[in-house]
Amino acid sequence: MQRLTHLHESPSQTAGPYVHIGCVPNFAGITDVYEADLGAAMVTDNTKGERITVTGTVFDGTGTPLRDAMMELWQADAQGLYPGRDGADPTFTGWGRTAGDAETGQWSMETVRPGPVPFTDGRMMAPHISIWLVARGINIGLQTRMYFPGDPMLGDDPWLTRIEHQNRVPTLIAQETTPGTFKFDIHLQGPDETIFFDV
Amino acid sequence: MSDGPLFHRNRDRHPKALTPDYKTSVVRSPQKALLSMPTTLSEEAGPVFGHDIIGAHDNDLIVNYAAAGEMAIGQRIIVHGRVLDENGRGVPNALIEVWQANAGGRYRHAKEGYIAPLDPNFGGCGRTITDDQGGYSFRTIKPGAYPWPNGVNDWRPAHIHFSVFGHSFGQRLITQMYFEGDPLIPLCPIVRTITDAEAVSQLVAPLDMNNTVPMDARAYHFDIVLRGRRSTMFENRIEGN
Ligand SMILES: [Fe+2]
Repeated sequence: MQRLTHLHESPSQTAGPYVHIGCVPNFAGITDVYEADLGAAMVTDNTKGERITVTGTVFDGTGTPLRDAMMELWQADAQGLYPGRDGADPTFTGWGRTAGDAETGQWSMETVRPGPVPFTDGRMMAPHISIWLVARGINIGLQTRMYFPGDPMLGDDPWLTRIEHQNRVPTLIAQETTPGTFKFDIHLQGPDETIFFDV
Repeated sequence: MSDGPLFHRNRDRHPKALTPDYKTSVVRSPQKALLSMPTTLSEEAGPVFGHDIIGAHDNDLIVNYAAAGEMAIGQRIIVHGRVLDENGRGVPNALIEVWQANAGGRYRHAKEGYIAPLDPNFGGCGRTITDDQGGYSFRTIKPGAYPWPNGVNDWRPAHIHFSVFGHSFGQRLITQMYFEGDPLIPLCPIVRTITDAEAVSQLVAPLDMNNTVPMDARAYHFDIVLRGRRSTMFENRIEGN
C-alpha cells in the first residue's frame, strides 16, 4: 500500500503568562522594539460602517476574571467582505488583538458592525466576529464567535441552527450595554460555559 | 486568495484542555465538548501582513532592544526553518512572532518573579515574515531554563514561544520550540500536556551544524506545520490552493 505523505500540524502549547511580550510588547511595557502593537487598531477615520465597541471579560471556573488572556478578533467589513478580498474596505483590517486589563481583565476593541458572510452552502450567516482566545492554562487556543443581539438573521443562521443545545446559543450573543457598545463575556466553565468550536 | 476547507484538526496530537498536572488548566479548561463545525469563509480567510511591517532588527533579538553598540548576553544562536502546511507546501508571508526568557531564564514582564537578573540589553520579543518558500530565520540568545510555580520544583526546559499566522484564521497556532538534548523536556508538565511522543518530538529543534556560523552563532532548525487545505477538484469551490 502507498503511504499518505501528509505532514502533521505542529502541536499547540500554552501561550503562557508572558504572551504579551511577544504579541503586544508595547502593552507589556517593552516600547522600544516595535512602533505599535499589531492589531491595536482595526479601523481608521475613513472606515465605512457603523462604529461599535466590543468589550468583555473572560472568567475561569471559579468566576475569577482572567487578567493574562489575549484575544484576537476577526471579522468581515461592513459589506460582509473579508479584508484582502476584491472590493473589501481597504481601511479596515478585520483583525484585532487585545489583552485583558492587568487589574480587571476587561478587554475592548473599536470596530465596525460586520456584514453577513456566506456559509459553506452559500446561505448567509448572521453577522459575527470570530474570536480566538489564548492564556496561561489554556493548552490550545479556544475558538468562538460573537453574534449581535436582536439581529433578524439569527433565527435562520446556518451555523447557529446546527447547535444541538439551543439553550447554549445565548452564550454566543453579546449584550448591547449602551448604544453601539457590545459586551461579550466568555465563561470557560460552569453553567454559562461559552460554546467553543472545533472548526 | 485561496479558499477551501481546512483539514480537520487532529486533536490527538494536541494537548487536551484539561491536563491536571499543569494546574492552571483545571479551572481554565472548557468542560463541555467542543462543537465540531465545517470551516467557513470566517475560518478560511485570515488577516494579511505585509513585509513592510517588519523593522530591520525585528528578527534579531540580540540587538533589537539593546543600547546602541551593545548586545544581549548569552549563547548566540540562529533559529531557522520553514512554515509548511500539512500538504508539505511552504507557506509564504506567514507572520511569526517569538518571545523568550533571557540567558538566565528571566522574562522582561511585570508578573515575572524569578530572582535571575534582567539583561538590560535584552527585551525578549522578535518577529519575521516567511519568504516565498515559507523560509524564515532569526537570531537570538539561547534562553535559560526557569522555575515556575506549579509543583514545588518544576522547571521549564529552555524554550522559545512561537505565534504563527498562516493564511487562514483557522490555522492560528501558538506553540513552543525546545532544544535538542535538554534533559528537562521529559520532566516538564507543560510538555507533558502532549501525550503523543512523536508529536512532542515535532517541537524539539535539532542543532544544525551546517547552518552554524563559525566563530559567531550556532544554528537550530525548526519547521512549523500549519493545518492544510483540501485540494481535491470535487469541492463546490474550485480554486488553486
Ligand atoms: Fe516561557
